[in-house]
Amino acid sequence: MHQMRTQDTHCTIKVVAVCYIKILTLLPFMVIKPQPGTLFCSPVSSRKYFEFGTRMALTKSHPFLKYLLHLAHDNLDFRLPEIKALLSLRGKPFHPYENFNEKSPFWRLKDLSEEDVRGIMARSVCAKSAFELWGHGQTHSELRTSLLNYPLENMSPFMQKDSTYRINVYTFNKTLEFTDRLKRIDALDYLPFEGTVSLKSPQHIFCLLEDYGTDPNSIPEHPIHIYFGRWIADGQRELIRSHSVKNRHFIGNTSMDAGLSLIMANHAKVKENDLVFDPFVGTGSLLVACSHFGAYVCGTDIDYNTIHGKGRSSRRNQKWRGPDENIRANLRQYGTEKMYLDVMVSDASKPVWRNAALFDAIITDPPYGIRESTRRTGSHKDITKPPEGIYVESHVPVSQVYHLSDIFTDLLNFSAQHLVMGGTLVYWLPVYQPEYCEEMVPLHPCLRLISNCEQTLSSHTSRRLITMEKIKEPEELDSSAHLADPCFSPYQGHNAFREKYFSGLNKKCGKDNNKSDVNVE
Amino acid sequence: MKLLTHNMLTSHVKGVIKGFCILFFQATEVKVNEVEFNPEFVSRMIPKLEWCALVQAAELGHRQDLPGELVPDYEKNEEFLKKVHRVLLEVEVIEGCLQCPESGREFPISRGIPNMLLNEDEV
Repeated sequence: MHQMRTQDTHCTIKVVAVCYIKILTLLPFMVIKPQPGTLFCSPVSSRKYFEFGTRMALTKSHPFLKYLLHLAHDNLDFRLPEIKALLSLRGKPFHPYENFNEKSPFWRLKDLSEEDVRGIMARSVCAKSAFELWGHGQTHSELRTSLLNYPLENMSPFMQKDSTYRINVYTFNKTLEFTDRLKRIDALDYLPFEGTVSLKSPQHIFCLLEDYGTDPNSIPEHPIHIYFGRWIADGQRELIRSHSVKNRHFIGNTSMDAGLSLIMANHAKVKENDLVFDPFVGTGSLLVACSHFGAYVCGTDIDYNTIHGKGRSSRRNQKWRGPDENIRANLRQYGTEKMYLDVMVSDASKPVWRNAALFDAIITDPPYGIRESTRRTGSHKDITKPPEGIYVESHVPVSQVYHLSDIFTDLLNFSAQHLVMGGTLVYWLPVYQPEYCEEMVPLHPCLRLISNCEQTLSSHTSRRLITMEKIKEPEELDSSAHLADPCFSPYQGHNAFREKYFSGLNKKCGKDNNKSDVNVE
Repeated sequence: MKLLTHNMLTSHVKGVIKGFCILFFQATEVKVNEVEFNPEFVSRMIPKLEWCALVQAAELGHRQDLPGELVPDYEKNEEFLKKVHRVLLEVEVIEGCLQCPESGREFPISRGIPNMLLNEDEV
């Protein structure tokens, strides 16, 4: 199912990051022999008091400055809950400045310390970089005014004579010519840079960011907003590549992609020394992500072959799975085997855990019956009793259909019972868009809905990443989610979602339908 | 299967689910894998444990000298935490089975993975 996701359509918008070092090496014919510092800014400071301000500023008198987050322009829906979750892990609120626009790639935040920002960036896969914001405006002259009003004592520790620095120019939704970039940097000569330019290994990196809006079809001539600040840290976008399922040892047909797995772990506020459980563990993609953030992980799956890493391979050029293809080997691949507890062959509808608040987070991708079947153990009518007292190790009981509505009711009840107070449940809810309304999201008296983010799958289907937090211990009356609610009916009946998913599709998709039957292991 | 996981399980055989019911271990192959010691995690897990069951499992699976009663101030007792760490995370049952003490139902463990599925007539 996950491979059926729409390809990222946002790539058309180019974020161009150019640093001087690249351009200088690409253009050797340009005779640039800068006196260090002069190319990029004029060392002439118009402010007499600059010299006096330098030392004083070293005392941290301004712990709460403005910060600018530069976010990746994909998975738009998932960004705000991620940043909010990471802030709440540090006990910090999300306080944007006025005119906050969630869809913009640039967010201005207040009431944070640099340490907070570094902490968020050490986890975020939605944010690209973070800056200490020194000034901003809708035009370059507004930026200039804003920068000249920025307290000098906040700037000067990073502009001292013995320091080295570099200025980058980022443009969002527009590509600038090299000469234009140079001009942008030269125009900053009103800033009192005293240090030496170092392109390779500067102590301080500054950045001018120009936002040309989010519509690639009507790019304005002038930026709609300009920011200038000191670079603090990059986010964890690199993990999307390093943890890609393409290079993962053990995968299945429905392995969750690395970026979304990490986002799920962030939404779940998974932290060091947590205990995390996935009741539909599959090939353990979510456990890989959670273990990366320092949680101990365990999981169960009804599929004996998947848990034991047997059967047909999901890779194109490989018929059968190799001898060591299992979840533990996946964790070993990323250096987190020490976080591995156990996986078990078990039916999520018949939990084997004792009734206690065991888990800090339950994070899962339940089967919807499209690329993998929904099933649980049980029989329809003819009960075939095996010989007394003999339990064959590999006996696979007859499985029966597991209605989607039951999956979610069971999952919410299980979470209410087995999560610690304040623990989080994160899971995907498949949605048939024409029927979707917010009331369809299953609720539970012990769980509070934190976020609900959509990922489009096709023209009429999507899935929603639901995050809930346990707010009270279950009592007898709280034993079931609102199953009786008529809004919940879309998930009743076996393969209800599956039928809608494939309804009204053309022949080509019909073929996929048959194929997915074959793919079911 | 690690003893930490075992300690968090209960029997789910039909008719037996009344209160807490720890499964017995029968191990034919036990391995000790070294795992990095993390005192914070062990301290966090201890309140969640059924201590008696852990002591029992530790004896059945692999002899460890755990005290019969949980020691006070265990967070600061590194020697004790190391013992618990070893039992919880390093001892692994590779082959054997789990047995429900009430119904006698056995759940086989192979290659370190227990199979907790019930048969058609048991659900």
